[in-house]
Amino acid sequence: MTRAGQMGRALRRTLLQAIPTTLGIVILNFFLLQLAPGDAADALAAEAGSATAESMAAIRERFGLDNPVLVQLFDYLNNLAHFSLGFSPRYGVPVAELIGQRLPGTLMLMGTALAIAILIGLTLGAIMATFSGRLPDRLISILSLLFYSIPGFWIGLMLILLFSVALGWLPSGGAGTIGSTRTGLAAFLDTARYMVLPATSLALFYVAIYARLTRAAMLEVKSQDFVRTARAKGVTPFFVTTRHVLRNALIPITTMAGMHIGSMLGGAVVVETVYSWPGLGRLAFEAVMGRDFTVLLGILLLSSLLVIIANAAVDLLHAWLDPRIGAHS
Amino acid sequence: MTTEAGTLGLQIERRIADVPQPAQEHDWSNLRAPDARSAASASVPVRAGRRELRIFLTNPNALFGIAFLLLVVAAAAFAPVLFPGDPLGMVGKPFLWPGQEAAFPLGTDSMGRNVLAGIVHGARISLFVGIAATALGLGFGIVIGAVAGYFGGWVDDLLVRLIEIFQTLPNFVLLVVLVAIAQPSALTVTVAIAIVSWPMVARLTRAEFRSIREKDYVEAARSLGYGHARIIFREILPNALPPLIVTSSVMVASAILMESALSFMGLGDPNVVSWGSMIGSGREMIRTAWYLTALPGIAIVFTVLSLNLIGDGLNDALNPRFSEER
Repeated sequence: MTRAGQMGRALRRTLLQAIPTTLGIVILNFFLLQLAPGDAADALAAEAGSATAESMAAIRERFGLDNPVLVQLFDYLNNLAHFSLGFSPRYGVPVAELIGQRLPGTLMLMGTALAIAILIGLTLGAIMATFSGRLPDRLISILSLLFYSIPGFWIGLMLILLFSVALGWLPSGGAGTIGSTRTGLAAFLDTARYMVLPATSLALFYVAIYARLTRAAMLEVKSQDFVRTARAKGVTPFFVTTRHVLRNALIPITTMAGMHIGSMLGGAVVVETVYSWPGLGRLAFEAVMGRDFTVLLGILLLSSLLVIIANAAVDLLHAWLDPRIGAHS
Repeated sequence: MTTEAGTLGLQIERRIADVPQPAQEHDWSNLRAPDARSAASASVPVRAGRRELRIFLTNPNALFGIAFLLLVVAAAAFAPVLFPGDPLGMVGKPFLWPGQEAAFPLGTDSMGRNVLAGIVHGARISLFVGIAATALGLGFGIVIGAVAGYFGGWVDDLLVRLIEIFQTLPNFVLLVVLVAIAQPSALTVTVAIAIVSWPMVARLTRAEFRSIREKDYVEAARSLGYGHARIIFREILPNALPPLIVTSSVMVASAILMESALSFMGLGDPNVVSWGSMIGSGREMIRTAWYLTALPGIAIVFTVLSLNLIGDGLNDALNPRFSEER
């Protein structure tokens, strides 16, 4: 069978397995949110300061909040089957539109953070593995443990303190200069300036994980026969490290990175709060507080899909990194 | 040596006394041989544990971790003695910087509350949530993982799907949803953290059980007619413990991080002072009084760091395969 065919088959299997999981997630979330005291009508009334029983009943009727639970679930699943995430009672717009506005910001933040984390993590891990047991290894090991122990929101605030309050180099929040008319490269640099601090705060925790993982994986691969063979046939140490050792060590790291997509979204909730970054995490928090469950269900579903897609992508990446994987599946 | 032999004999005697009545009617001399053998091997793990303890206690990082953690535990235990009265109460002028007045070594916040008292009292909620959530998550995760890994088949399929659902949902988002639904309090925060952290334990336990259940001694236990519960808890679980012990210290650390993030977002117990909520309220004043944000954060970092150092030390001691020096 051809390589592409194998990959296609593996992908199809992953996606088929994802369907019951996704359905389980939707139903679980739905009942979970039904347990919450109060609904969107209550939250709207509380914010308005006063509301008549009639107007609340009208809101409930309009969004179907007064229907029996199973009817609401059926309506929601029916909507999903028509690729609609429903309508937000709070914002007065379709949920898909709301998420669509916020998703790019979060994806950009997560993507940058993940890239920073993998890049720095791999570098630190490779240094640690090369100097295993010696001073650089020990120092970086303690440093990475420190990164692993710092809460994201706190390092975010400390970075603001240093780079925006004390030095004044970088903006302390937001996603771009308000009213900016810049285009092209200037606009990109502007966004990048706003992104440095949030992405770094989000990345530090994962830098620690990837550094330690890279170290362990490289030390394990280093002792294997094919590395000795490569060295024996005269490959330079640099190419042994990058082409042979690091490539194989990438497999556990990409596995973890795929698993981290979900937890990174959680970290984004906190980091977006600190930097008032207009993203999905912040929207999720606002939706919880406003009891806007259609939005919340949409976000939870979408982020679960994101995790599933990321894992499928990692599977494909594995098949590319190590052709033995997927050959016998 | 003599005392050891003595206790061994005692154990065998006790075991013989424990055997139910009908068994005594047999006269076959080999009947209790397996019992005697398992009693003889009962003392082995203790000695093995001692060697691991020695490795653990000669690790300077782990010792630092233990020392700092003991300090935090002492702060939590003696907080009501050291700083009697409500740490949320106003005791002095607002915005006193650290060192400005001897009565408030770490200064006061915008409401005139003693920062040091807040940090010392904050250790209580952090440790409580960290330990209680880990205990709950470990208990639930071990049971689910053990059942899935030991029985296999459709039970395994079903539980793996359940674990997968929880692992696909973004942890912290789920945590925020759970706490917001249940109304924030120390108890709900603890339970919610346990709910998002059990799947990892379950996966780990399941993997260990799947590999251990094929081992000869488990087969032997099965052939002796031991029940499932006994095989799971007495034969397999003790051998699956090392990775779980390492995980538990990391779990306490991440539970403390999650609790602090929740209370930073205003989803902590509103009646209890916690490090996260101190940072949350100090955040507004970061330009003028940055110590209000920095100090509780340092408390979190060092507490979590010491737990992670302990976890590392445990890992080196219990899983020599992944030891640093190799």
